[in-house]
Amino acid sequence: MRLFFKSALWRGLVWQAIGWLAGAIFVTLIRLVMGLQPLGTFFFTEPAWVFGSLVGALTFLAGSGVVSDWYAWARGIETPEHREDPDSWEKYINVSLDHKVIGIQYTVTALFLFVTGGTFALIFRTELAQTGLQFLSLGWYNTFMSLHGIVMIIGILVGIGGVMNYLVPMLIGADDMAFPRLNAFSYWIVVPGVVLLLSSLALGGFDTGWTGYPPLSARAPVGVQMFFMGIIVAGWSSILGGLNLIATTLRMRAKGMTAFRMPILIWAAMATSLITLTAAQLFGLSFQLVLFQRLLGMGFFDPSKGGNPILYQHLFWFYSHPAVYVFVLPGLGIISELLPVFVRKPLYGYRWVAMSSMGIALVGFLVWGHHMFASGMNQYLQVPFMYSTLLVAVPTGVKFFSWVATLWNGKIETPTPMLFVLGAIVVFFLGGLSGPPNGTVATDLHLTDTYFVVGHFHDTIFGGYVFPFFAAIYYWFPKATGRRLNEKLGKWHFWLFFPSFIVLTLIMMRVGLIGMRRRIADYDPALGLVDYHIVMTIAAYLIAIATAIFIYNFVRSIKHGEVATGNLWNSRSPEWNVPSPMPVHNYDEPVEVIGEPYDYGLPGSQYVRFGTKE
Amino acid sequence: MRHFVIVGVLVIPVSILTYFGIQASHLMPVEASVQSVIVDQVWNWDMMTLSFLFALIMVPLVYSLIVFRRRKGETGDGKHEEGNVKLEVTWTIIPLILVTAYAYMGAYTLGETRVADPNAMVVNVTAHQWDWAFDYPEGFTSNELHLPINRQVELKMTSLDVIHSFWVPEFRIKQDILPGRITTLRITPVKLGSYKVYCAELCGTSHAYMQRPVIVTSQADYDAWAKQQAAAQATLLAKGGPEAGKAMVAQNGCGGCHSIDGSKLTGPTWRGLFGSQVKLESGQTVKADEAYLTESIKDPNAKIVAGFPANVMPHFTLTDQQIQSIVAYIETLK
Repeated sequence: MRLFFKSALWRGLVWQAIGWLAGAIFVTLIRLVMGLQPLGTFFFTEPAWVFGSLVGALTFLAGSGVVSDWYAWARGIETPEHREDPDSWEKYINVSLDHKVIGIQYTVTALFLFVTGGTFALIFRTELAQTGLQFLSLGWYNTFMSLHGIVMIIGILVGIGGVMNYLVPMLIGADDMAFPRLNAFSYWIVVPGVVLLLSSLALGGFDTGWTGYPPLSARAPVGVQMFFMGIIVAGWSSILGGLNLIATTLRMRAKGMTAFRMPILIWAAMATSLITLTAAQLFGLSFQLVLFQRLLGMGFFDPSKGGNPILYQHLFWFYSHPAVYVFVLPGLGIISELLPVFVRKPLYGYRWVAMSSMGIALVGFLVWGHHMFASGMNQYLQVPFMYSTLLVAVPTGVKFFSWVATLWNGKIETPTPMLFVLGAIVVFFLGGLSGPPNGTVATDLHLTDTYFVVGHFHDTIFGGYVFPFFAAIYYWFPKATGRRLNEKLGKWHFWLFFPSFIVLTLIMMRVGLIGMRRRIADYDPALGLVDYHIVMTIAAYLIAIATAIFIYNFVRSIKHGEVATGNLWNSRSPEWNVPSPMPVHNYDEPVEVIGEPYDYGLPGSQYVRFGTKE
Repeated sequence: MRHFVIVGVLVIPVSILTYFGIQASHLMPVEASVQSVIVDQVWNWDMMTLSFLFALIMVPLVYSLIVFRRRKGETGDGKHEEGNVKLEVTWTIIPLILVTAYAYMGAYTLGETRVADPNAMVVNVTAHQWDWAFDYPEGFTSNELHLPINRQVELKMTSLDVIHSFWVPEFRIKQDILPGRITTLRITPVKLGSYKVYCAELCGTSHAYMQRPVIVTSQADYDAWAKQQAAAQATLLAKGGPEAGKAMVAQNGCGGCHSIDGSKLTGPTWRGLFGSQVKLESGQTVKADEAYLTESIKDPNAKIVAGFPANVMPHFTLTDQQIQSIVAYIETLK
């Protein structure tokens, strides 16, 4: 406990609180001097809360010490290139420059966010089990529903940060990321962002959904500003993380690792990073414009001041649609990475799978308008957006066909990571199949803003990211800890989670077609949906139990798991050909790529060798 | 080769069974408009293709998991196959052709759902938090949407506050409703019955309850109803006073935010309001007399009651006489 109160995390949080308060008091004093009303509904006025939250985020960064090296350099003071971490758990709550520590920090934060967002979902799922309002007010329902969405999205982005930070340098044979301090910064800026996001609960919540469409978001309680600020702050993580990852991949690959000898996950990580580096700004920007509209009266989206609410939707979806590919590309990369290991066969059509990730990323930039078919945007835009949307099916199809062809003629083993890979393929496939009806405009006009869409994107994101994320944790946990997760509990986790999830999302689609709208706190009893909702609620609880089993397994196995220090999965990848847990600077000897990554079944072939043999 | 044949043969019955399974579960609501028939046709084609694709991936996947599983005691790797360019090109080109065909079909059917009838009946729709008002060509306003069967209606819709969306599941097609703009939706009802219009775009706390009846009747029934409504409304408004005020309140959906039983909604309750002392956000206290209430209807942000947010109440276009009658109605709510 004493160590906790000395940690960067604690110092950062304390400084955030101090900065927040100071900023709010500063604005309040200015308001007093100017003769404006000093206090508002939630004690401070809205400008005071917003300005304070910005100051708090900055003081968090200063207080946690993540910028201290840069500050020292700016003053002309030299600091050591490497910082050695203590060999205990406290390095995870302190600033570390080691990509493996940062990757684990990201992953644990992601799990925390998943549990938080999942709890919000359980709360309102329980509320929906019957018609009428049971125990939530309308305002709280909307707040939980909105927070569920955004907390899960941030959780996934953070989880991707975890997977990419931990794995990319390892898989390309590097000792760290290109910019270790920027890497630490990208992680630590998430923490104040999450605090801001969750603080909206105390400031009236927000009833806008995670999309925050104005004019509704322009009139929501102060909580919506904390949601905006949280995203604006945490969004830096995505942008800078993407930049760092691209630089790392371009500059730090092992000798002999040409583009088409990179592990397939690296291709996916590149595609994702290209999107986050170039599009994530629009997400923060669209929120920032609403924030300014509220604080400074700039009527960007206010029709009475000449603004246009549709403009917001264009800006918002220009990022938020590609964001879906940010979520799923790393997940699909994990599927493609793990399949060959457990099938003991090369990845079928490696180059095509690699190019399909780039293809999805590229086409993904041109489809945002399909979220707006019913929005009142210009009608002549509907057809081009429909065509570009349907085009995404082509590279996605390539992936499915290649996966099935990889399985064909294999020697398929099904330990827990492989179960989650197969689950991911099936769930993502259901998400993919429910896509085209949303893509063709006429049918979408019925489906949009209903539970059909809710079922569709839950399948897409769980199949595309959450299942692969679990697979990755089961697969690489021994690499991080030297112990493996319990297989039996892993199987329970999968066999509770997977069927419940399929049932949940298929019923979501079913009720959506009948007339269940998205984001409603209560539904018309005349639609006859109560039985469906009861089944969905039960499924949601089974998913929660499965997740609890996983968390228990995760925590327990860190200390008590079966020891696994060798090449547990018999993989060709470089990280499995050194002992677990991974040494501090990864590879003691330089890595050289001398073969294809996935030549399983080709006797005598090797992917990498260590040391410099000229 | 044997495996290919088995899987190839299995794909066909699985596609057919999947398709008929989907058909048998009656996924869509009743088809009550011309547009719904078109949408369901597209949906049906989607389902046919998707059933085939489902079988095409799932059959070899499940087959592989059974046939190519690692048996007990088995060691060694799978067959070393790196890929096949011809195959990859095939499963790129065929889907490309397929989606192009689908996009054409999608565009064509979209056009069909938008076909405009020059003789369409025009109904002006006003949406606001959290109610609907329909202005009929006969010159009256109602919270119910009555439509004559087999005649296209052109809904000209606008919002007084945030974004809403017009959706009758039985009519299928949706359209968002924006403040400061008019969006249109054309629907041709073809089935008598009583449906509901729901708001499909999240519009705030009571979004779930923003629904009103939609009734499709014969032309004769519609005419009779419209005539009776128009006459009743004209006499009521001419009379003025609390009765007319009550009707105006119902039409404009004031009850969405202002209760008449004392409970706190988005806006202050009207029960016992008239003549009471009202504490304002600015700290002042005013008497809720006729002048105050009139001002609050005309310019809702002029005086904000303590504990309630500003910039929430929309601007309603009402005549002075109408406002007078609403105030008279509020006066009766002791």
